[in-house]
Amino acid sequence: MNDKIPTPMQAAFLRGALSRRTLMTGAAGLGVTALAACGSKGRSPSNSASGSATPTAKAAQDMSDTDKLINWSNWQQYIDVSDDEKSRPTLDAFTKATGIKVNYTEDYNDNDEFYAKVRPLLAGGQDTGRDVWCSTDWMVARLIRQGYVQPLDKANIPNAKNLEAAFQDVSFDPGRKYSLPWQAGFACIGFNTKATGGKKVTTMTQLLTDPALKGKVTLLSEMRDTVGLVLLDQGKDPSNFTKADFEAAIAMIQKAKDAGQIQKFTGNDYTDGLSAGDIAACVAWSGDVASLSLDAPELELTLPEAGYTLWSDNFVIPAMAKHKKNAEKLINYYYDPKVMAEVEAWVNYISPVAGTKEAVAAIDKDLGSNQLIFPSTETLSKAKKFRDLSAQEESEFTRMFTNLATG
Amino acid sequence: MAEGAAVVGTGAPVRKPVRRGRWVPYALLAPGLLWLVVFFVVPMITLGSQSLQEGNIDEGYVFTGNVSIYADAVQRYWPHLLRSVGYAGTATVLALLLGYPLAYFMAQKAGRWKNILLILVIAPFFTSFLIRTLAWRNILSDDGPVVAFAQSIGFTSLLQAIGLTSNDTLLASKFAVICGLTYNFLPFMILPLYASLERLDPRLVEAAGDLYASPREAFRRVTWPLSLPGVVAGTLLTFIPAAGDFINSRLLGNTETVMIGQVIDSQFLRVLDYPLAAALSFILLTMIVVLVTFYVRKAGTEELV
Repeated sequence: MNDKIPTPMQAAFLRGALSRRTLMTGAAGLGVTALAACGSKGRSPSNSASGSATPTAKAAQDMSDTDKLINWSNWQQYIDVSDDEKSRPTLDAFTKATGIKVNYTEDYNDNDEFYAKVRPLLAGGQDTGRDVWCSTDWMVARLIRQGYVQPLDKANIPNAKNLEAAFQDVSFDPGRKYSLPWQAGFACIGFNTKATGGKKVTTMTQLLTDPALKGKVTLLSEMRDTVGLVLLDQGKDPSNFTKADFEAAIAMIQKAKDAGQIQKFTGNDYTDGLSAGDIAACVAWSGDVASLSLDAPELELTLPEAGYTLWSDNFVIPAMAKHKKNAEKLINYYYDPKVMAEVEAWVNYISPVAGTKEAVAAIDKDLGSNQLIFPSTETLSKAKKFRDLSAQEESEFTRMFTNLATG
Repeated sequence: MAEGAAVVGTGAPVRKPVRRGRWVPYALLAPGLLWLVVFFVVPMITLGSQSLQEGNIDEGYVFTGNVSIYADAVQRYWPHLLRSVGYAGTATVLALLLGYPLAYFMAQKAGRWKNILLILVIAPFFTSFLIRTLAWRNILSDDGPVVAFAQSIGFTSLLQAIGLTSNDTLLASKFAVICGLTYNFLPFMILPLYASLERLDPRLVEAAGDLYASPREAFRRVTWPLSLPGVVAGTLLTFIPAAGDFINSRLLGNTETVMIGQVIDSQFLRVLDYPLAAALSFILLTMIVVLVTFYVRKAGTEELV
């Protein structure tokens, strides 16, 4: 981290960054040579021994030059749209400038769900039909570990130099070889004042126990966000917690579920229910609620006093992607602060691109002080990153959480 | 079979059966058998072996023949299994109550409207199952007119009192899930009922009347027994898919209405615990086969199984 004083953002991202995984990768590194000597091709992770070397992703023949196309899978409400909601201005501008058509599909509803969808193809060494998508930090770690994503060719992404220092050295991808962040943001509490009867929802305890919200609360199926917020509410730190803390958080959610407080566990699709008022209050992602509230003032969000989780979603290029170079051009395009500013003005998430603040201020002065896009030191001091989990913890915790969510 | 083959092979009724035509029925069966082997037998065996594996997604799964997973699965998920059977059963009964009069009317009384009515029954199939279920979410939306009306006549309070909903709305409740199931599988009930009621000779009902049977008695002794094959086919076509359904409970239900299909879906696609998901699929399969066999025996139409 050089000898510079870390910025608040850097500090937030670094908290809990030196993790078991980092240690594990080190340990696994020793195993690499041994396995390689055994003649392991390491391309089929499902057959390899536990904790083995990072297998390398297979590249397909790049058809970028002949086939002017990119297939991009992304989350809902995650890119700028024109006022009539019929086009996506920054994408259109990209196509106009490069002649590359972008098939933008909003089919990334939830990390686990998306992983389950593409894993059989990746494990079989097949093309997923996608050239680029945006995965959350911990999922990027898994994709790299299993050799399902290709290293980015930085020669095609000169704008990568604009990456904010805070996002530079992350534990899941040291040196950003495989991934570049698309957006970062907070998990928070979103609510629809029409459905709550004008009431504000300010804490997780209130969300999980207030009888006025009974049966009209949803939580995210994204374990790290839902459990992270509950941990914070219980005075624990998601970047440094024990199994007992985790179990206590699960117990609190279980109790709310048994009381009929929770309607559902959702992916990104909670936005429809929240707008319609079928969901009164929920665990939500900051930018979603913020951008929806522009058209629907009854939607509000709370960054809980107790703290909130911070995450980032990252561009990755999967193995066997047919248009890798095009995808890299696309990433490069979005790493221009002027372009990113247009996206931010719409999505209200934290930009990983340096210079966005100045570019945003040029569009709209007020946006420059928006805490969701440009969080202050104070806002960031309460944002916690969920700590990395060992493979064993990950499967154990995921099981506990999923049994709760579907049991 | 040999006789049939002879007829197919020669077309001459008097000639003795000849050997040469023997392969014809097998040849005709071959595509179907191949289909069944590739798309039923092989997946079943794969699923069966998968249920007896152990391991995790990173390290891969190995066959260990661990049967105890079935006991674990039942122990953990018996409420979901029971719930699925309960919801599917209720939906089947509701579909029968709604479908029978409609099918009867279409088959016996509709006259020249028959075809139009038939098209109306099939029309929902022109749009996707998912879209139709999502439409229900809009229809039953908390701020929508349906809920407002149901509240004004006290229907929501009634549902709440009998425990079908948990607050004074309709969405995200047992009620919504059962309605969704009934709605989605209703055509599967109506079509077989229609087919068997259409064949019903109205003169038989007239004859019953001539023999001093009241309309109710005529229905009980003539119409109902003759429509029984349709009833059995319709209830099976409704119950079996409804018991394994995961869309309705996911879109219209809450955390208390999770059906077994949803658990299997999430174990397969979310937790990636393939053995447990495979075991649950087999348990569901066995349960349905047992229930259906019992039911068909009881209904007295053994020839259907």
